[in-house]
Amino acid sequence: MAPTSARVVVAGASMAGLRAAEQLRAAGWTGAITLVGDEPHMPYNRPPLSKEVLAGKAPFESLAFRPRASVADVEWRLGTRVVASRLAERTVVLDDGSELSYDGLVAATGMRPRRLRCPGPLAGRHTVRTLADAQGLRAELTRPGARVVVVGAGFIGCEVAATAVGLGAAEVTVVDPLPLPMVGPLGELLGRALLARHKERGVRFALGTGVAGFAGEDRVTGVILDDGTVLPADVVVESVGSLANTEWLGGNGLDLTDGVLTDEQLRVGGRPDVVAVGDVARFPNARYDGVPRRVEHWCIPTDTAKHAAKVLTGAEPAPFAPLPTFWSDQHDFRLQSFGAPALGMDDVRVLEGDPAGDVLVGYHHDDRLVGVVALGGPAIASAAARHRADLLKQPALTA
Amino acid sequence: MKVVVDMNKCQDHGQCVFAAPEVFQLDANGRLAYVSDPDDALLDEVEEAADVCPLQAIRIEA
Repeated sequence: MAPTSARVVVAGASMAGLRAAEQLRAAGWTGAITLVGDEPHMPYNRPPLSKEVLAGKAPFESLAFRPRASVADVEWRLGTRVVASRLAERTVVLDDGSELSYDGLVAATGMRPRRLRCPGPLAGRHTVRTLADAQGLRAELTRPGARVVVVGAGFIGCEVAATAVGLGAAEVTVVDPLPLPMVGPLGELLGRALLARHKERGVRFALGTGVAGFAGEDRVTGVILDDGTVLPADVVVESVGSLANTEWLGGNGLDLTDGVLTDEQLRVGGRPDVVAVGDVARFPNARYDGVPRRVEHWCIPTDTAKHAAKVLTGAEPAPFAPLPTFWSDQHDFRLQSFGAPALGMDDVRVLEGDPAGDVLVGYHHDDRLVGVVALGGPAIASAAARHRADLLKQPALTA
Repeated sequence: MKVVVDMNKCQDHGQCVFAAPEVFQLDANGRLAYVSDPDDALLDEVEEAADVCPLQAIRIEA
């Protein structure tokens, strides 16, 4: 057990940081815990930002997590960032220049939105990552007659486009270099079904084109596509992926090429006293091919925190092997996934229903089901859930 | 313990069912039903269910 003077520093005070603190207590850590986070808020739930918060249906109080009683005594340093670290000295440096020493360190600094780097004004261009982002975007989306261009047809882009249509925006157009929305995580069959559903509900698309720049002087008035076409725009949303917040770990000899590389126990740099959790962690999943990947699903902060807390308190559990799961709510339908569709894109089959209506799609590798995605209402989502137990039971998929 | 689910928040994701099947179920229509006074021995499972609820709609009272 930790001496009472021992301290774990958690860099990052969002969902992953909170869950790490709670799970450290659950794993028996009785020492001090200090969480350092750059946002001024206590940890809150981000999925509603692109939906209920934009739609004006969710005040902050409804987003805030309710921390467990076991973390009532932890120290929260909010509005503060960790800017550097010296792992050999077990020390992190905060943005006010002060230093914190630690006995254990949890890297939970998450992601920030990637921005488009092309010519044009910045005003009127938004991202959706924080509460402040969503509130700022809402103020502009709700102006009467707003014409909205969403750049990027992934999770956030599709959700924001659906919400904007629901708010009564005059025009909503989604731009993406790929030929179908969410084609990376879903594949072509569901990408086509998703495209049709969005179009039926009033979303326009400009697919197979990138963005060359933004029109306007002080403020964006249009989005210039690769072929020179200008889409008039009062509001632009950039949903073109995210970048890992790892700069503070530089200079320690770590692999930070895309997030923080960990081993199968979520340890960083082979150190027993440093772990990474949440979407900044690039970990091998023992369930699959052993290739380290970052995973930006909502369940990952909780899954990683539970495992990493055991490791940081001295246990050696079986290698980390979460079953991936994600969902996305758009318009009046939901996407619900279990397993790893990305590993079964070469053999995609309709398991139930029809792509024109509610549908359940299976993704196979060597004739074995490795992932399912449901598109539609609650009944088809339940059908996806019925495959979860089988996906959990399967032996590891080796490359 | 006492379990309260904010049914205004619940969107029938069913993640709680995987975590604590003795306490949470989805009915034939995919809607949530749950036991509001489960045995204290199920605390770990119910805490897990509260953690994994995408809407954070589950509250545990001692």
